[in-house]
Amino acid sequence: MASRIDQDQVQHVASLAKLSLNDDQLKYFTTQLDEIIGLFETLNEVDTEGIEPTSSVSDQINVMREDVADNWGQRDALLANAPESEKGYIRVPTIIDESEDE
Amino acid sequence: MNYFEKDLTSLHDDLVAKRISVTDLVKATFDNIAATDPDLNAFLALNKDAALKKAAEMDEKGVDPDNILAGIPLAIKDNIVTKGLTTTAASKMLENFVPVYDATVVSTLNDKGVINVGKTNMDEFAMGGSTENSAFKTTKNAWDYTRVPGGSSGGSAAAVASGEVVAAFGSDTGGSIRQPSSFNGIVGMKPTYGRISRWGLIAFASSLDEIGPMTRTVKDNAILLSAVAGHDDHDLTTSTKEVPDFAAELNYQTSVKGMKIGLPKEFLGEGVDQEVKDAILAAADKYRELGATVDEVSLPHNKYGVAAYYIIASSEASSNLQRFDGIRYGHRSKDVKNLEDVYVNSRSEGFGDEVKRRIMLGTFSLSAGFYDAYFKKAAQVRTLIINDFQAVLKDHDFIMGPVAPTPAYKIGEEVSDPMTMYMNDILTIPVNLAGLPGMSIPAGFAKGMPVGMQLIGRPFDESTLYKAGYVFEQATDFHKQTPKQGGNN
Repeated sequence: MASRIDQDQVQHVASLAKLSLNDDQLKYFTTQLDEIIGLFETLNEVDTEGIEPTSSVSDQINVMREDVADNWGQRDALLANAPESEKGYIRVPTIIDESEDE
Repeated sequence: MNYFEKDLTSLHDDLVAKRISVTDLVKATFDNIAATDPDLNAFLALNKDAALKKAAEMDEKGVDPDNILAGIPLAIKDNIVTKGLTTTAASKMLENFVPVYDATVVSTLNDKGVINVGKTNMDEFAMGGSTENSAFKTTKNAWDYTRVPGGSSGGSAAAVASGEVVAAFGSDTGGSIRQPSSFNGIVGMKPTYGRISRWGLIAFASSLDEIGPMTRTVKDNAILLSAVAGHDDHDLTTSTKEVPDFAAELNYQTSVKGMKIGLPKEFLGEGVDQEVKDAILAAADKYRELGATVDEVSLPHNKYGVAAYYIIASSEASSNLQRFDGIRYGHRSKDVKNLEDVYVNSRSEGFGDEVKRRIMLGTFSLSAGFYDAYFKKAAQVRTLIINDFQAVLKDHDFIMGPVAPTPAYKIGEEVSDPMTMYMNDILTIPVNLAGLPGMSIPAGFAKGMPVGMQLIGRPFDESTLYKAGYVFEQATDFHKQTPKQGGNN
């Protein structure tokens, strides 16, 4: 059976999803994803010509509300969940690899 | 004490008559959990101090005789946020996450005097059908500790089935309330999409996710759905339709006489265990005996449900889970040299394999060049699945069938094979794709393990499912059978 997705494609998808895979994981996921995408392709048996896609089954359509700012007054509680914070701000690493910005 | 002999009505009577105080009930609940849970592993976190404090306050002011939920201890799945109480979605990513607000379901229950005893185990981010994908522990089936409780709401199901709590809340994206309810012999309702607010439910697949109650009896389930259903300004997909008092319709006069029930031939096809089929066919005969008609119907696109679901759900998940970037909350990798490393290493360390698999499937299905072939195709097939249900439900009051092709399997038996795991969802997934209400109720046993029957209704017609479930329950004694302590059935 021809493979539907190869290791390069899985590596590409992982990078789009901001995930890194080592060689063993890459092999393991490629085999599994290939099998699952094979399942996806069974949908080709279905004639969907002229069928509208469904993206939501809610009975509510375009509900509008006022855009009002609300102060929860919970800055400290929110920051307590941040991995690093300082002086009321969230800290992120200062070392930015500049070559990636080009 | 355990809750095997209790329901919401009898507990309420005991509390109002002061045969037991709220404090003593809560203490007894925690004592039983302390004795049961080291082996069962249904809970990820207990809310003991806050629960006892609230119990004392309620005893102080007295239990409201008109509020059946006042002072009732119950459990909440760990992907529903609880203010000040760690909420992890069973992921290392959220191991230390303390929500700053309550989910609407939780604040509604709190306002009604319910006491949250703790957070239940689940598959990581609700992705899985056995609770084996939890990053923290493996929950057992209440009936047999060598078997899975189902999933993803496996902790909630095991907690109710083992008598640790009288009820729990779960969430259902592709069967995650109904299948563990089936595996543990309890009642689980996935209401119509939009019936219950999803505000505060950690998002997996937003067009499919739904919260619902898990209980020992149909009536308790109906009481809890009425309590938490309704429009919420924080979730604009919630319906503005009025919420019936579902339980008020359940009494000695409730009947299925004259109801038309559809039994899809696809639900009893290949891959469905013979004993499961036998239980469902016996249930169909029971309904005929009770005055309903049951005839064979067809849902021709049902077999494509699994493929369409794993494209749609994974695509929505890949988008929803982008928020876990190691910046504002959640796990942040220590091994970083730059900002990109924070994203990539935090996500790679924080997510388990099943979550990574789904994120990649979704990213693939949505990526340039593949969108039309996968995502759009799946969304079109979803329309056809909806049309199939509409055609049958036009002249049938509801649909019946099994919840899962098999009873609970052994721990470790299937978890390494994602395809087999995904195919197990074939009978529950189409209901989520169509946004319909679906309920699991106990309908027999196969190989000594509980078998659930699934009832599927028209949009916003949970009422018919509760009536049909109640009548079946009154006519059978499956729901009265309880697992032995220690799961040695």
